Amino acid sequence: MAETPLVELNDISIAFGGVQAVDHVSVYLYPGEVVGLLGHNGAGKSTLIKCLSGAYRMDSGEVRINGERAEINNPRDARAYNIETIYQTLALADNLDAASNLFLGRELTTLTGLMDEGAMEAETRKVMGRLNPHFQKFSSPVSALSGGQRQSVAIARAVYFNARILIMDEPTAALGPQETRMVADLIEELKKQGLGIFLIDHDVHQVKELCDRAAVMKNGKLVGDVVKVDDVTTDDLLGMIIAGKAPEGVAA
Amino acid sequence: MSDTATHDTGADAGDGPPKGQKRGLFASLELDMRLLGMIGAFILIALIFNILTGGRFLTPRNVFNLTIQTVSVAIMATGMVFVIVTRHIDLSVGSLLATTSAVMAMLQTEWLLQIFGLPLGHSALPWLAIAGGLIVGTAIGAFNGYLIGYLTIPAFIVTLGGLLIWRNVAWYTTNGQTIGPLNETFEKFGGISGTLGTTWSWIFALVAAAAALYGLWSARRTKQGHGFSVKPLWAEGAVGALIVAAILGFIWMLNSYEIPQRVLERDFEARGEVLPEGYTAAYGLPISVLLLIVVALVMTVVARRTRLGRYIFATGGNPDAAELSGINTRLLTVKIFAIMGFLCALSAVVASARLSFHSNDIGTLDELRVIAAAVIGGTALSGGIGTIYGAILGALIMQSLQSGMAMVGVDAPFQNIVVGAVLIMAVLIDIIYRKRTGDT
Repeated sequence: MAETPLVELNDISIAFGGVQAVDHVSVYLYPGEVVGLLGHNGAGKSTLIKCLSGAYRMDSGEVRINGERAEINNPRDARAYNIETIYQTLALADNLDAASNLFLGRELTTLTGLMDEGAMEAETRKVMGRLNPHFQKFSSPVSALSGGQRQSVAIARAVYFNARILIMDEPTAALGPQETRMVADLIEELKKQGLGIFLIDHDVHQVKELCDRAAVMKNGKLVGDVVKVDDVTTDDLLGMIIAGKAPEGVAA
Repeated sequence: MSDTATHDTGADAGDGPPKGQKRGLFASLELDMRLLGMIGAFILIALIFNILTGGRFLTPRNVFNLTIQTVSVAIMATGMVFVIVTRHIDLSVGSLLATTSAVMAMLQTEWLLQIFGLPLGHSALPWLAIAGGLIVGTAIGAFNGYLIGYLTIPAFIVTLGGLLIWRNVAWYTTNGQTIGPLNETFEKFGGISGTLGTTWSWIFALVAAAAALYGLWSARRTKQGHGFSVKPLWAEGAVGALIVAAILGFIWMLNSYEIPQRVLERDFEARGEVLPEGYTAAYGLPISVLLLIVVALVMTVVARRTRLGRYIFATGGNPDAAELSGINTRLLTVKIFAIMGFLCALSAVVASARLSFHSNDIGTLDELRVIAAAVIGGTALSGGIGTIYGAILGALIMQSLQSGMAMVGVDAPFQNIVVGAVLIMAVLIDIIYRKRTGDT
């Protein structure tokens, strides 16, 4: 691929106390591509990605968006670069309803500067109608929703605002098979629209199925190179995750 | 506010009916059950005291006194809702009230006279003093918010320290002296010395009733415009009639409190006139209560219709989510405490004007009353839940208990024991209610 990557994470490092959570990691992402991030809990996947979403500030390294250096110091900066994140914890305010969560931080307002509740609810009904047609609980706080419904609210929030770069941190962890299928279809669709997606996941089969390339992390470091998923077997990936050994002769 | 029901889950803890049930009478009315419960408790308290006092509790005179006694705590309680909703606490409100009261008293009796050479009784004095007090209150509140938000000192510690600091800054400011009498215009904010009179009170009632009906109607129209379901028209009408009846009834009560003849005589004498035979006049709506109504409206709009309010409730519900959504939660903390400081200064105007002087112990223990009012009004200390009207009702319930018991002749220690017990009971009932309804 000769074009400029959508995102380049170059030589990122971040430490908490004495622990080097991410240790000189470089990953890049092209438009219309899904890159999987694999590894055990605590391997540093979520931490790495939080440097891109603005939740953490990296100690060293640089982020490039479309080849240009990007300063991302907080979640607002990330949003300004059209980076949207679906966090593992979903990051929903449980006491608010779906529309309030979807528009949190980006509320629609009327000419008077007050929030336009009606318009926000109408938009929420539209986007939820596409993602989760059975969803009806628009006036309940999200604490009253099921795991899958909460997940669909978090996903709706990420895709509603014309994201170009999407970060999904274990988006299917709380879902049943049918809802997982739905997320897989959504990823395919977004890919076709030209979004770049980072998918953090535990499930190697899912990564094989959904991703174009995969990076495996262990103890804050990248295991070998980022590999094309079609070039490796699930056993290769498992080996990388568990033993931290890169299969021979494979590189992307 | 007019549209309490299902649309506003953000600010509204007691929400609509569960799905799949046949819509009963209350479900059709879409009333907030928590609000109904509080109003019910308040009416019960009023009726019991009315019986115990042989009908003295619900006289126009006592209702009038009750409302003006509630205003100061109620104004601060609306700000405390924001503080507690974001999982903070403010123990310094009573002391902050004292400091701002001292500043305003000194401004209008000494400082402004010395600095600008204004004569005592100049018409600009009360307004400059109030402006000065509001600025000082807002600044101190913002400083508290800075210590809490940016320097991450727990609010409990910052405001516990503030309780000592500002109480004694007030003392130092006035050398511990009582400052008074205050400016006559200033004293109009205190209650009995500043009322609208019968005519203007009725005009206010009609305007308020019309505004409430318009609010209901426009909320309904907005919902219909987006194709959302609305409650049946008869239910909407019933709610509207209830609100209008409450407004008119309240004003009728206040307008029934006639000014005593000797006070009228004195007023006429002061103007060099003689009181005409058979002349009567009533107090009507106190300006301080009007001030509280305005504060309640503004704070409710802030809570429900502005981004600031949405961020306050989001941060209270899930601070991490708010941060990740790009909300500057530190600056938000500064804003919340600045609002609290502003409201403390506003309460100081009412409190000192009601006394007609600034005293060294003004606002003592108010922090506890204000926190209790917010909590009795359904504000959850775990954050994310609370309403402005609830806090005001909470203040009213507490004041009713206190003055009702005083009228019945309950000994002072027992009065406080009962108020303390009611606070704990109210929270217990709230916890049980939330468990039953499945609200968080």
